[in-house]
Amino acid sequence: MIVVNKVNKSFADKQVLHNINITFEKGKVNLVIGRSGSGKTVLMKCLIGLLTPSEGSIYYGNRDFHHLTFSDQKALRNEMGVVFQGSALFDSLTIEENLMFPLNMLTKQSFKEKLDRVNYCLHRVDLYNTNKLYPSELSGGMKKRAAIARAIAINPQYLFCDEPNSGLDPKTSLIIDELITGITHEFSMTTVVNTHDLNSVITIGETISFIKDGVLGWYGTKDEVLRTENEGLNDFIYAQPITQKIRDFVH
Amino acid sequence: MYSMGIGSLIIVMIVSVCMGSVITLQTALQQAESSWIPAWTIGYTVRTSVILELCPTIISLLLVGNLGSRITAEIGSMKVTEQVDALEVMGINSASYLVLPKIVSSLFVNPALIIISIFFALMGGYITVLASGFITGYDYIDGITYYFIMYDVWYALTKTVVFGFVIASVAAFYGYKIEGGALELGKASTKGVVVASFIILILNLVITNVMLN
Ligand SMILES: Nc1ncnc2c1ncn2[C@@H]1O[C@H](COP(=O)(O)OP(=O)(O)OP(=O)(O)O)[C@@H](O)[C@H]1O
Ligand SMILES: [Mg+2]
Repeated sequence: MIVVNKVNKSFADKQVLHNINITFEKGKVNLVIGRSGSGKTVLMKCLIGLLTPSEGSIYYGNRDFHHLTFSDQKALRNEMGVVFQGSALFDSLTIEENLMFPLNMLTKQSFKEKLDRVNYCLHRVDLYNTNKLYPSELSGGMKKRAAIARAIAINPQYLFCDEPNSGLDPKTSLIIDELITGITHEFSMTTVVNTHDLNSVITIGETISFIKDGVLGWYGTKDEVLRTENEGLNDFIYAQPITQKIRDFVH
Repeated sequence: MYSMGIGSLIIVMIVSVCMGSVITLQTALQQAESSWIPAWTIGYTVRTSVILELCPTIISLLLVGNLGSRITAEIGSMKVTEQVDALEVMGINSASYLVLPKIVSSLFVNPALIIISIFFALMGGYITVLASGFITGYDYIDGITYYFIMYDVWYALTKTVVFGFVIASVAAFYGYKIEGGALELGKASTKGVVVASFIILILNLVITNVMLN
């Protein structure tokens, strides 16, 4: 479980996050949704420690991440897997080396153990015969899957995905969504996913936090999201002609 | 390190041969008018200018554009595509992980390339001498070996180690500093090249003053 407690984040004189309070639950896919520029990535970077909140705290269980000692912070980081918006695979390394990398850095396993783990993770995301390929030789969807495989290589308790299906076709998106949900339930991870993909919102959002201009505007589940009276959230969901058509059809 | 040096090797060789050739031609033309200057002075002058100034400085400036901009692009693109962030969340200090190896290898690669460059420049001179016939090849060899001072080589190597450090660290700094998109990459490389070239020219003056006075 991750608890975000009264988090503010400002850059110079620009405040991006305003008093954010959210609980991300264990064993669930927790979505953070909102328009472009609303502060989703900034919030995620605060969660994983790439940014420090200007005020407030982030608790992992009972550990206050930003007030831990350096070595405790490092230990906590070993429990996190992160899938970045652009995959962020190391392009000078093969897919196998990419997955091997966190294992080399963070564990003391033998080469054989590491290789087994790498192959297990690649198969888990349905990547076969890609071990010796370079990221540039994969399609966008395959890269995303490789990035997910790298994130779960160290068997993390916390999984973070920043827009895992941006730039993918609807079908591939769905596969990625199912994969993230499957992994989350299988390993009982606390998963946080940033997205503005409506399909994901209504299919995998076990908890949904809607951020508008850096403020938490709504919190609920995928079953509640379509019936909300919240104006900001309605604007967000029914921004596209297709969703408007569906709404008109249903009513 | 291998990839850092090899990419620049061919261009360094070509430039060095041309440089040696031109400087030999110039020296020979100046001295052709006065018959009382001994023939070996041509080789001697070529050797001195090549070792002391031309190779260390010009090749370093060349490497700023070649090696340096490559380092900026490599680190910069890792920054823009969040690969640096990926390193950081794995608990790795990305600055030292990415930058230090570049600086260390540059400290070795740069002097090695300069030594190769000196060799090829002197070769270029030799070819020119043979082709133009101002003096005999024997006179030239005599000149470049005449009164050889080892200190000159140390002086050249000192310069190149310092310049190597400047090339890698400035390039890495500008690459690492990039925020935002791919557009910033081009700007950062250009800026890195200008700043590193400037620093090298200034340091060249300083080192020359300190070591040769
Ligand atoms: N390092 C920074 N310095 C200054 N401002 C920043 C910085 N990072 C983000 N911001 C600002 O914070 C705001 C939120 O950005 P953020 O990247 O979190 O948006 P987002 O919700 O992830 O959008 P998208 O869906 O497009 O990824 C933006 O206005 C952005 O300009
Ligand atoms: Mg974002």
